Amino acid sequence: MAASAFEQMGVGELAQRLRAREVSAVELAQHFLSRCEAQASLGAFVALDAEVTLAQARAADARLAAGEGADTAPLLGVPIAHKDIFVTRDFASTAGSKMLQGYRSPFDATVVARLGVQPGGAGMVTLGKLNCDEFAMGSSNENSAYGVARNPWDTTRIPGGSSGGSAVAVAARLAPAVTGTDTGGSIRQPAAFCGITGIKPTYGRASRYGMIAFASSLDQAGPMARSAEDCALLLSAMCGPDPDRDSTSLDVPAEDFSRSLNDSIEGLRIGLPREFFGPGLSDDVRAAIDGAIAELRKLGAKPVEISLPRTELAIPVYYIIAPAEASSNLSRFDGVKFGHRAKDYTDLLDMYKKTRAEGFGDEVKRRIMIGAYVLSHGYYDAYYLQAQKIRRMIADDFQRAFTECDVIAGPVAPTVAWKLGEKSDDPVANYLADIFTLPASLAGLPGMSVPAGFGAHRMPVGLQLIGNYFGEARLLNVAHRLQQATDFHLQQPT
Amino acid sequence: MTSQLIQGYEVVIGFETHAQLSTRSKIFSRASIAFGAQPNTQACAVDLALPGTLPVMNKAAVERAIRFGLAIGAQIAPRSIFARKNYFYPDLPKGYQISQYEIPVVQGGEVSFYLDEGKQTVRKTVRLVRAHLEEDAGKSLHEDFIGQSGIDLNRAGTPLLEIVTEPDMRSSAEAVAYAKELHKIVTWIGICDGNMQEGSFRCDANVSVRKPGQPLGTRREIKNLNSFKFMQQAIDYEVRWQIEQIEDGHAIEQATVLFDPDTGETRAMRTKEDAADYRYFPDPDLPPLVIAPQWIDEVRAQMPELPRAMADRFVRDYGLPEYDATTLTQSPAMGAYFEAVVAAAGRERAKAASNWIMGELSRRLNAGEMAITAVPVQPAQLAALIGRIADGTISNNAGKQVFDALWTGEGQSVDAIIEAKGLKQMSDSGALEKIIDEVIAANADNVAQYKAGKDKAFNALVGQVMKASKGKANPQQVNELLKARLG
Repeated sequence: MAASAFEQMGVGELAQRLRAREVSAVELAQHFLSRCEAQASLGAFVALDAEVTLAQARAADARLAAGEGADTAPLLGVPIAHKDIFVTRDFASTAGSKMLQGYRSPFDATVVARLGVQPGGAGMVTLGKLNCDEFAMGSSNENSAYGVARNPWDTTRIPGGSSGGSAVAVAARLAPAVTGTDTGGSIRQPAAFCGITGIKPTYGRASRYGMIAFASSLDQAGPMARSAEDCALLLSAMCGPDPDRDSTSLDVPAEDFSRSLNDSIEGLRIGLPREFFGPGLSDDVRAAIDGAIAELRKLGAKPVEISLPRTELAIPVYYIIAPAEASSNLSRFDGVKFGHRAKDYTDLLDMYKKTRAEGFGDEVKRRIMIGAYVLSHGYYDAYYLQAQKIRRMIADDFQRAFTECDVIAGPVAPTVAWKLGEKSDDPVANYLADIFTLPASLAGLPGMSVPAGFGAHRMPVGLQLIGNYFGEARLLNVAHRLQQATDFHLQQPT
Repeated sequence: MTSQLIQGYEVVIGFETHAQLSTRSKIFSRASIAFGAQPNTQACAVDLALPGTLPVMNKAAVERAIRFGLAIGAQIAPRSIFARKNYFYPDLPKGYQISQYEIPVVQGGEVSFYLDEGKQTVRKTVRLVRAHLEEDAGKSLHEDFIGQSGIDLNRAGTPLLEIVTEPDMRSSAEAVAYAKELHKIVTWIGICDGNMQEGSFRCDANVSVRKPGQPLGTRREIKNLNSFKFMQQAIDYEVRWQIEQIEDGHAIEQATVLFDPDTGETRAMRTKEDAADYRYFPDPDLPPLVIAPQWIDEVRAQMPELPRAMADRFVRDYGLPEYDATTLTQSPAMGAYFEAVVAAAGRERAKAASNWIMGELSRRLNAGEMAITAVPVQPAQLAALIGRIADGTISNNAGKQVFDALWTGEGQSVDAIIEAKGLKQMSDSGALEKIIDEVIAANADNVAQYKAGKDKAFNALVGQVMKASKGKANPQQVNELLKARLG
C-alpha cells in the first residue's frame, strides 16, 4: 500500500485497515504529521507535538495488537485534529487568542474525550490543534492571533471561519477528519468554502463541556470531514448526554448516524426558502446550488418552495445575542487566574484594562463592547429582549416550514471564499455574509454543508441542508445519497 | 405594625439575609463547601472558571430552597430563572455571579414572631418579598499580604439563599427579633448551620427614617451584620445619624455602609453614584429551574413541625404562656426535651416542666455553652423530680439540690438522691409542733411583736422553724401550725 494513498481514505476505511493490521496507528500518524509539516504555510495548525501524537498512536497500536474490537473503540488509531476551541490535556488550548497563549487545560473537553484514545473514547489519535478565529469570532479565520489560515484551493483566499484551520486541514488532506464548532455558521461556512463536508448537530446534542465558550446558547460542536459517511461516524461518537458537566446537553441517547445513510430519498420534500435565493445570492453560487438540487431531484426528492420570512432579521438578532453572551463569557479572562496578564500596572483596574487590551484582538473587543452595550441598563429591553423575541419567531418560522417539507436546502453563503484582507476592515460586510447560516443556529436546528460544485474562480460551493430537531440522520442520508451521485466531495485542490 | 417614634421619626427597616445552605458540595460544582480548609484546596475547575467549564445545578440546594419556601408559607416558583450578575473582582472567578433576578425560586411568604413591648407580648409579622438561590464569591485576603491581595476561592460557588423582606420592621428591636426568628427557622429546618461567625448567616439591613404618613425616606444599607448584638447597635446608630442629618437640613444619600463594632459607628462604603450596572441577563448555561409539584410534595412530607406551629401547640395543648412556648421552641431538640418531660410527668405538670427547663436547665446550658442534646439530666429524671416536688416529698429548694446531683452525675435515681441527702420534708406534724414550741419559747420578742401586729416578726419565726428543721419542714405547714399556735 503506497503511503500516499492513506490521505485519500475515509475514516471508516482507515479504521478497517488499522484493525486488519494493514497499517499501524504510528505509521498513519507519521504520515499525516509529515503532511502537516510540508503544508505548514497553510496555517491550519496552531499546535503540533509529534511526541504526544505518537504516544497516543502507540497506545492505539497496543490495543489493536491485543485485538480490541470495533465495538469498544470503533475508530481506534484513526488520526483526528481538534479546533483550538476545545480544551485538551495534551496540547495547549488557546482559542486562537493571545489571551490563552500556552494555556494548558487540566482536562479534555467531553467531545475530545469521546473521540480520543482514553478508555470509553472512540480511539482516535490527536494530530494537533487547529487554527480558528479568536474565540470563534469571525468567518474568515483572519481574526486568529496565530496568523491566517489559507484556502488550499487558492491560498490568496480565506478558508472561511471560524473553523478555518479545521476546513483547511481536511481539504488539504492533512487530517482525515477534524472537529469544528458552529455558533453562527462556523462549521458550515468554512466547509463550504473549502469543499468539504461538515455538520452542526441540534443544539444540545454534543456536550459543550470543554468548549471555550463564545455564545453559550448557540455554540455547538460538530465533525468536519470529506464525506457525509465520515461525518456520520464521528458524530455518532461525539453526541450523547453529559448531564454531570453540561446542563444544556440534551437527554437524548447517542445514535448510530450511519444506519440510514443509504435510505432512499424518494418523495423527500426539499424546502427551498425563497429568502435564500434572493438578489443577495451571487449567480455562480446559485448555479451550483441549482445543480445540486437538480441532482437531488434525480434521486427522487421533491423540491418545494417555502418561506423563512425573518431570514434577514437573523443578522441583527444574532449580532445582539451572541455578543451579549460573549461579553459575559469572556469576563473570566481578567489576568487573575490564568492566561495573559499585563506586565506593568498601577492597580487592579489598570491590570484588568491592560491585560484585556493586550490579550484580546479587535474583533473580540468589538463584540465585547456590543454585548456590554446591549445588556446595559436602559438598552436591555430594546436590544437583548427584543432580539430574544425575534429569535423565538425565527424558530417558529422553521416549525411552520417543516410542515411543508422534510429538509430545507439552500446555499451556505452568498458567495465563494473571498480574498484574504478583502473584508477585514469591514466587519459589517463579514456579518452580512452569515445570513444563510444564522437562522438555523438561532433556532438550534441541525445544519450541514455538502460540496455542491464550484463557483467563480473555481472555488468550492457548499449546499446547506437544514433539518428539524434531531434530524441529523436524515441530513446525513440526503448528503450521502448526493455524494453517491456526484464527485464534488472527492475533488481536491492541487 | 405599630410604630414607636424616635424624635418624631418613624424607623423603616428591611432585611436581606444570605443564608449559606448546608449542602455537601457547591451550588454548581462537586467541590466541598466545608469551612476552614487550606486556601484554594476546595475549588475545582468549575469554581476556578477554567475555560470550557460549565455550571450544573446542585439539587440539594434547590431542595433546601423548597424547604424554606414551605416553612414560610411562600410560593415555590414552578419555573425560575438563573441570571448572571456581571462585574469584575478578583474573587469572582467567572467575572459574573450566577444568581436569580427576575424570577426567583421562592416568592412571598412571611415570618412571625413575638416581641415584648412594655408589659405586653405582641405578635409581629414581616412579609418576605422573595428568596433566591445564588453562588457565593471567594474571599480576598488583604491582611496577610503586603502590597498585594490573596485570593481564596474555597468559598466561591458556595450555595446561598438570599432572603429579602418588605420594609416591614419599625425598630431595631423588631429587626433583631425578625433576624433571630429567621435564624431559628433556617437552622430548625436544617438548611443552614446558622454559624454567624463563619458567615453562614449574614444580614444586611436597609434603614430609613420618615415622619409618620410621609413616603419612604432614602435608605442606607448596612452590610454584613454578623451578630445580633451588632445588628441592634448598628441600626440604632444609623437611625440616630440619619435623624441628625435630616434635622441639620441634610438630605440622606442612598449608600452602602459598614458597621464598625470598635467605634460603634456606620460608615459609607459607596454611594449610589458608584452603583455598577450589573448587566443582568438569563444565564444561557442553565436551563430554567423547573420544580414539579411532586417534588414539593416530597419535601413537604419530610418537613419537621415548625417552631411557630410547635409554640402555638404548646400554648393550646399544655396551657403554657406564649413566652414559655416561644422559649421552649428555640430548637427542635429543646421542644422535644420539653415534650419528653411532660410525657413522663403528666400534662398537668407542663408548666412546672417549662419552669425547670427555662430556669435551672437553661442557666446551666448557657453557663456551660452546652447543647440541649448533651444535657446529662434525662427527661424521665426531671419528670420524677417534678413529681416529688408536686407530691410534697421535697421542697422546691431541695429539688434544686437533686437537680444538681443529677446534672453532676452524683446520683441517677431521684428518690435515692433524696434519701442519701436526707431532703425529705418533715411530714410528722408532732415533731414539727415540738420544734414550733421550742422556737416560740426561745423568741419571745418576735412573738410579742407579731402580736403587736408586725408581720415581719412572723416571717422571722417561720425562718427560725425552717432553720431548726434543717429545711425539711414544709413551709406551708409551718405557716399553718405557727398561726394556729400564736392564735
